[in-house]
Amino acid sequence: MRKGEKFIEAFLFGCSALTLLTTVGIILVLSFETIGFFKDVSLIEFLTDTQWTPLFSNKRFGIMPLLAGTFLVTAISLVVAVPLGLVIAVYLSEYAPGWFREIVKPVLEILAAIPTVVYGYFALVYVTPWLQELFPDQVGGFNALSPGIVMGIMILPLISSLSEDALYAVPKSLKEASFAMGATKLQTVRQVLIPAAFSGISVSIVLALSRAIGETMIVAIAAGQQPRLTANPLVPIETATTYIVQVTMGDVPYDSLEYKTIFAVGMTLFVITLVLNNVSFWLKKRYTQAYR
Amino acid sequence: MKIEANNVRVSYGSEQVLKGITMSIKKNTVTAFIGPSGCGKSTFLRCFNRMNDLIETCKVEGQIMIDESDIYHPKVNINELRKSVGMVFQKPNPFPKSIFENVAYGLRINGVTNKKYIEEKVEWAIKQAALWEEVKDKLKKSAFALSGGQQQRLCIARALAVEPSILLMDEPASALDPISTTKIEELIYNLKASYTIIIVTHNMQQATRTSDKTAFFYMGDLIEYDDTRTLFTNPKKQKTQNYITGRFG
Repeated sequence: MRKGEKFIEAFLFGCSALTLLTTVGIILVLSFETIGFFKDVSLIEFLTDTQWTPLFSNKRFGIMPLLAGTFLVTAISLVVAVPLGLVIAVYLSEYAPGWFREIVKPVLEILAAIPTVVYGYFALVYVTPWLQELFPDQVGGFNALSPGIVMGIMILPLISSLSEDALYAVPKSLKEASFAMGATKLQTVRQVLIPAAFSGISVSIVLALSRAIGETMIVAIAAGQQPRLTANPLVPIETATTYIVQVTMGDVPYDSLEYKTIFAVGMTLFVITLVLNNVSFWLKKRYTQAYR
Repeated sequence: MKIEANNVRVSYGSEQVLKGITMSIKKNTVTAFIGPSGCGKSTFLRCFNRMNDLIETCKVEGQIMIDESDIYHPKVNINELRKSVGMVFQKPNPFPKSIFENVAYGLRINGVTNKKYIEEKVEWAIKQAALWEEVKDKLKKSAFALSGGQQQRLCIARALAVEPSILLMDEPASALDPISTTKIEELIYNLKASYTIIIVTHNMQQATRTSDKTAFFYMGDLIEYDDTRTLFTNPKKQKTQNYITGRFG
């Protein structure tokens, strides 16, 4: 082999090794600091305590309120995005005339291009006041509902676009078989297309879910900073991501216990998204097996 | 006459693919459509259950009567029409459901909910398709677990379950091995007693083995239509003669 080529090969190897090393490095730092945190706080307390007050004088380290906040906002966003996204996907792939599809698809993609900080103050300055008018005296200036709805709009293109791809990938012959049996369009969609595209649709939902869990800006702006174990979407809460923002923006001394909390919280988020990504990977694998 | 086609013309956009076909088909017979690729035989087949309606640019003119009623009349319910005119496709296309649910599909979309009735009908249809012995112990298994030939017979069972009076078959054996092909051909022969069958095929031996009448299409025209034996042994047109002796196509 020529010398130049060997150099190029080594360079390419270096590039891919670098990404690997970076990933490993991040996980190591995260793990290291997390272990440091658990030297002072027991894992049991972390998982079972119902209070999260590391920045107060009476320190409590229960992650539950943060996760509750995260899951509350995420659940609201899915309630908005899943039905709407599926209806859009079915309509675009099966019903919409060509010209309509040509317009709507790019517009939906634009939703994904809007910076999340814009979504954040959109939630704070438009959606929250609107909710306050709708339910007078019940909605706090910060709450889970408003960022949840807005986050639902944010992840909508993810679900509609991936689900539409999945529906589109269903072989035409299946559709023909169903129509040839005398099935109507709606029957074909419900009984053949959606079941056939089911894994693809679930992948889109899982990906949207992990996107929503990791989303930071919208909740940091509009959900509040009060870790609270509640299912009430109208009061201020705090999500795991918001807490990390709050600590990194504040003046917590380096290497203190408070400082280490953000690594423990970060690690928790990492584990959750890792599991979700694996679920979607597994679903995708099943999905591609169905039609070779 | 079960089916009567009168000056049927079909075009995709500006391209005319059928140039005025007139023919009639008797009840409980097997009719084979033969001809080279692109001759319009599949397009013609798909006129009888209006599958061409699914293609936006496709325009069908002329008249097709089934049991003396015009199937292109504006008041015709396409879904009802397709329930009485079953279709089997070139490639087996079972749904990603269990064997049982594949055959039950037509009943379920018809709103049948009586469990016992569905079970009986499914068994009956699978028996009609000569598949029962092979699948009776694994009805709950995915249809994809079956071989290609079994899948095709399952698709036939699926079509039969709603008791159509006409069965359209678009090259039903072209994707299958010789043994499966023989089974499908035997099946076609046996089904003739209860159904009017039209089969599109590339395989001339298959046409001679299975059909009573054969229609030869070429470039969008019906060249010759006669008893299968006559058409293959004593064709009246030179083009037919050339095609069946393998000079083109």
